[in-house]
Amino acid sequence: MFTGIFKDTSVRILITFMIVLCVLSSLVLPDWMQNNFMYGLSRGLAILGLMLLWRTNLVSFGHALYYGFGAYAVALCQKYFGITDILLRFAIAVIAAGLLGFCLGFILRKYREIFFAMLSLAFSMVLYGLLAKAEFLGSTDGMSISPSTLLGMELTRQYLFYLITFFVICAAISIQAYLRSTLGHLTTAIQDNEIRVEYLGYSVQKAIHIKYVMSACLAGGAGGLMAASLGQVDPDSMVNWNVSGELVFITIMSGWGNILAPFIGAIIFEFIRTYAFEWAPQAWAAIVGGTLLAIIFFFPGGIWSVIEKVFNYGKKKNVK
Amino acid sequence: MLNDTVLKASDLNKSFSGIVAAKDINVSINQGEIVGIIGANGAGKTVFVNMITGYLKPTSGKIEFLGEDITGIEPRNATHIGLCRSFQISQVFMTMSVKQNLMIAMSLSKKSGKALLDPIADEEISKECDKILELYKIMDQSNNIVSTLSQGIRKLLDIAMAVVGNPKVILLDEPTSGVSVEEKFGIMDIVIAALKQTETSVLFVEHDMEIVERYVDRVIAFYQGEIICDAPPKVALSDKKVIEYVLGH
Amino acid sequence: MQFWATVLLDGLTYASYLFIVSLGLTIIFGVMKILNVAHGSFYAWGAYTAAFAIGFITDNELSEALFLPAILISAILVGVVLGYVIERFILRKMYNQDIHLIVLATFGVFLIFEDLIIITFGVDPYLPYQPAMMLGWVDIVGLNRGVYQLTLILLASIVAFACWYGLTKTKWGKLLQSVIYDREISVAMGIDVTKVYVVTFIGGAILGALGGAYVAPTTSVSPGFAIDLVVLSFAVVVIGGMGSIPGALIGSLIVGILRAFAVHQAPILELFVVFAVMAIVLIIRPEGLFAPPKPRKI
Repeated sequence: MFTGIFKDTSVRILITFMIVLCVLSSLVLPDWMQNNFMYGLSRGLAILGLMLLWRTNLVSFGHALYYGFGAYAVALCQKYFGITDILLRFAIAVIAAGLLGFCLGFILRKYREIFFAMLSLAFSMVLYGLLAKAEFLGSTDGMSISPSTLLGMELTRQYLFYLITFFVICAAISIQAYLRSTLGHLTTAIQDNEIRVEYLGYSVQKAIHIKYVMSACLAGGAGGLMAASLGQVDPDSMVNWNVSGELVFITIMSGWGNILAPFIGAIIFEFIRTYAFEWAPQAWAAIVGGTLLAIIFFFPGGIWSVIEKVFNYGKKKNVK
Repeated sequence: MLNDTVLKASDLNKSFSGIVAAKDINVSINQGEIVGIIGANGAGKTVFVNMITGYLKPTSGKIEFLGEDITGIEPRNATHIGLCRSFQISQVFMTMSVKQNLMIAMSLSKKSGKALLDPIADEEISKECDKILELYKIMDQSNNIVSTLSQGIRKLLDIAMAVVGNPKVILLDEPTSGVSVEEKFGIMDIVIAALKQTETSVLFVEHDMEIVERYVDRVIAFYQGEIICDAPPKVALSDKKVIEYVLGH
Repeated sequence: MQFWATVLLDGLTYASYLFIVSLGLTIIFGVMKILNVAHGSFYAWGAYTAAFAIGFITDNELSEALFLPAILISAILVGVVLGYVIERFILRKMYNQDIHLIVLATFGVFLIFEDLIIITFGVDPYLPYQPAMMLGWVDIVGLNRGVYQLTLILLASIVAFACWYGLTKTKWGKLLQSVIYDREISVAMGIDVTKVYVVTFIGGAILGALGGAYVAPTTSVSPGFAIDLVVLSFAVVVIGGMGSIPGALIGSLIVGILRAFAVHQAPILELFVVFAVMAIVLIIRPEGLFAPPKPRKI
């Protein structure tokens, strides 16, 4: 599965980008920028997951379910088992969300289009309904997360950032390996023609289920890393429906041409947020909404399509 | 060798909320045989084909494939055991190139987890695909995106994708429908020649009597869900009932 | 007994306002196949405009008889202006686009209008309680309830009746039904779909705004208070069947009464039950309880 993955152009570009990001942020850029990169990369994992689904024309308006589930899994493991190790935190978030996605996947894999979107929304709001009212989980105030450790040592924010970058690289490479495989190509194939896939001898539902679990794992991991870097989880900024909407928005803004796109998109989103808060705190949502409309109307392929045009990278990509 | 029965349907019945779409159908197909299925619209041809490939479950009756009972099999399992089909309206992946279409079909036909997870641009699979592209004479279209190609090419690709796993039996659902008059014989020549090479049995549903006459060994005629004639083409096409109910004059 | 009476009465009140809002949402979906997240904006703007109008009447010591007209006019004004602007400048450019993209576009519109509220009305909550004060309180089956809240049930009944009458007895209603049933055939028969869309969208918007405007006197109108409502009305519409008018009625009753039950019996489950029911309905009957009939296409 991974043979020759480092010869893949997309993977090379991804690794180069991440290394440049690390070097720049540790040497030149101010601290607040590093925070933005950290949040952007974490959230980018969830966007990568949504991108996978988007390629099969499935849009989940409830992906905050896994995002929040991963985050709360980290919070609960700290509360009850005292786990603060970042490796464990990431693993717990990914596995917890993956298991939930595996279970719900049996139902969701039969759904398409608006019904898929609505059922995802319903599931996420069920979790939101519980979290927002459950006193022992802090209801709407949420819970706080203590700083992460690594193998018993304290972890500075600088090193947390490096680790997050590392997690992101691993996850993105795995996804690229999946996308270039036959199973990954079924992705587009299913969107084109489900009947044919069945008659080629592969179960469409199984292919969708696999992809759905991957996407849940990514969103869960994103939630876990976000919880660790923000130091806080709460239902309104992690599980509510508008969080899901925001995630889908960043997916559209990023474009789905490449594994790097979600991360660039998510980082840009963080910067828009920071600047909007600084200059027009009252109009932050309006800026996001306006950007969303502008993307839909003027750049339907997202930021990645613009990057592709600029570098003309697209020509090389499709020919194998 | 040529007289081994590969596919046998006995006493198949199918009704949709009271309306009979298939009645007491008994058919057996031998290896390497090329059988044409004819009938007016609504005579039950497609229902028959759909029952055999598992798209519809018969109300009663039995379908055997290589001696094994496969009644009500899932379409994808039918593919696994070597019973494949093409479609009346070609079912191909429109946004991909011809080669990519075939490569997906090829890797899926390997039925191994490794082939699923390996990069699709595998050299071995690529070579095997090229062979089939040659056989079906669409090599020159290899890198073109399907949505830009003619119906004829899509039909060929559709059939090529169905045969990648070397099936025992292939069902062709109106292989020349939607194809231009100039293209139709060319396409059928290519397809039949390719399928004869692999001794695949062919069942094809066809409206075009010219095609039927020219390519099949045997004709099965349907009328109102029943088989009214099962004979070599010369006999069948001059049969009184067939002329009245199928050919319509 | 007392307990069930409370649940029933509170549930009915709650269902009434959900019905008014969801009716607009479901009609828009039925006709235009648009899942309109911006419906929350109509609701919020309706509430703010009504709150502002009520405040204006009270401050200038105008007649209390103006409260009701003010509420209705606010709703119509908001519905017509916002409905027209959103339909004309955003949605009309997007027909025939992917359904998900349209949902997202309305989400973008929703975000913009959320902030426009803050810019226009400020962040401090409005408490336009005067109309509710004016009508006073009453004892029903041993429960003390505001008369104003009870008139909500009356309003919902009027809206339901008007909607039924309009759809089945008027020419416009029949046109609308034919577009809901099959858009392509309607176009082929010469119905001006663009016009039908504008009118439908504005009609739906007025209903959304009416829900907000009428509820304003019973609550604190503050930023972000439409966020919950958007997803609740989605739940109503999905439970009832997207695009189905009787579905919106049954959906609101189910959600309203379940929620009232949860509030009084197990407050922790208040939101949970609503969405659990939504999920269960989607699992068992994805088209909803009252799926609108679909034309058979060959």
